Amino acid sequence: MSTKTIEEKQYLLRFKCDTKSHLTVLDHDICMTKCPDKICTVFCPAEVYKWEGTRMQVGYEGCHECGSCRIGCPYQNIKWEYPKGGHGIVFRLA
Amino acid sequence: MPEKFDVIVVGAGPAGTSCAYTCAKNGLKVLQLERGEYPGSKNVMGGVLYRKQMEEIIPEFWKEAPLERPVIEQRFWMMDKESTVSFGYKGLEWGKEPYNNFTVLRAPFDQWFAAKGVEQGVLLINETVANECIVENGKVVGVRTDRPDGDVYADVVVLADGVNSLLGKQLGFHKEFRPDEVALTVMEVINLSKEKINDRFNLEENQGCTIEIFGDSTKGNLGTAFIYTNKESINIGVGTTLSSMIKAKLKPYDLLDYLKNHAMVKPLLAGGESAEYLAHLIPEGGYHSVPKVAGNGVVVVGDAAQLVNAIHREGSNMAMSSGKMAAEAIIRAKERNDFSEASLNSYREALYNSFIMKDLEKYKDAAHTFEHHPQYFKEYIPMMNQAMSKFFTVDGTPKREKQKQIMRSVTGTKGTFKVIQDVYRAWKAVK
Repeated sequence: MSTKTIEEKQYLLRFKCDTKSHLTVLDHDICMTKCPDKICTVFCPAEVYKWEGTRMQVGYEGCHECGSCRIGCPYQNIKWEYPKGGHGIVFRLA
Repeated sequence: MPEKFDVIVVGAGPAGTSCAYTCAKNGLKVLQLERGEYPGSKNVMGGVLYRKQMEEIIPEFWKEAPLERPVIEQRFWMMDKESTVSFGYKGLEWGKEPYNNFTVLRAPFDQWFAAKGVEQGVLLINETVANECIVENGKVVGVRTDRPDGDVYADVVVLADGVNSLLGKQLGFHKEFRPDEVALTVMEVINLSKEKINDRFNLEENQGCTIEIFGDSTKGNLGTAFIYTNKESINIGVGTTLSSMIKAKLKPYDLLDYLKNHAMVKPLLAGGESAEYLAHLIPEGGYHSVPKVAGNGVVVVGDAAQLVNAIHREGSNMAMSSGKMAAEAIIRAKERNDFSEASLNSYREALYNSFIMKDLEKYKDAAHTFEHHPQYFKEYIPMMNQAMSKFFTVDGTPKREKQKQIMRSVTGTKGTFKVIQDVYRAWKAVK
């Protein structure tokens, strides 16, 4: 079967997770007070960002390291680094 | 790692490996750093590799490289909700030497290519992030890695660190992208038997087909979708500029599922088994977004230098050529023992005199034009579909009358002047 949901898509992937996040929301208050759309929760291709009412939950473990959130955050509120060498997503095919 | 190298290449994609390979082949001492577990583990591409630029680095590579299928047919679909206007070209000359292009899967391909560099003497170190360039007296002299005692030094550092190029930003060569300068693309590899692929795409053994899809594939947003045939799988993907994705509040994976379930696409994939899902940014800012590419002790190649021709889906070939040109400039610099910006600018000159910058210059206004005038994707593609439907539906209306009706429906919705203006604008953007 071909996948139908983002959960099924993410399940196809291999990740070698670091214990420390390479993505940091600098100021959760900015998300709460200035950003009604919370657009990162929409365009992130891995659904890394989830709004939890008062703060942004960052599921860095499933990140594809594409860089969209760093560029797309309207408040430059995401600090974006590479995971430690050898960590993060491991593409096996394309 | 206290020793000094002639060259440090950051990144083991097509640009970095082309550069490392060429330098090592000419006797330079090369260190290549890759942040992933292996070359290709962080790299994503729709899947078309052009023969010409690869062959300039490794002649007759198709005899040993892990390729999928030589592409013998390129189709283009202007797709609406329940119809599509298609055109394309199929030629058997593309199915034999010297070939035009191939579908590839990047993880195996990049590993193979990097191993060719190692054969030439490149020291490849995986699982290592270059966190910053070490700059002394206005000159890049090495990189600081995330390994213990991880400073390494070289006469020249090659930034082949991909679309996000954090090192290029650290040096101030380019500032952060705007969301309209990058395309967010997601794809799936879907396993399907060789027989099914051959039947559904009208192919024989060792023949491949590519389909580029415009219009409803992105729900009318600026972008494209693609379907590429591998040996026993299909790559299907879709992308739009990040700015369009934000504006339309699109979830990229929803767009991909919309495409997979589209009536024009679904039968091609039926019975397939998803094997991998991948997301990546493509630098599509074009000519105006190309950063400074040479400095004191440093050059920038491939995606890190924004070398992508989005209109012709060319990127990896430009990456390879730029890597090779950078290597040749480094070799000349080594002969002079001068690694200053003035000396390394021979790379910049070569780049600007090559097809790469000439092609980017040709399309320098294209992305901007289509981003600011969404009617091309949103209105003209549906119109084109309606026109074809009307013209080819036999209902007793004389053909000349049909032509009139079609013209009236086009100019009637938009106004004759607007249509002429739109046509002229589109022609100017790609001429």
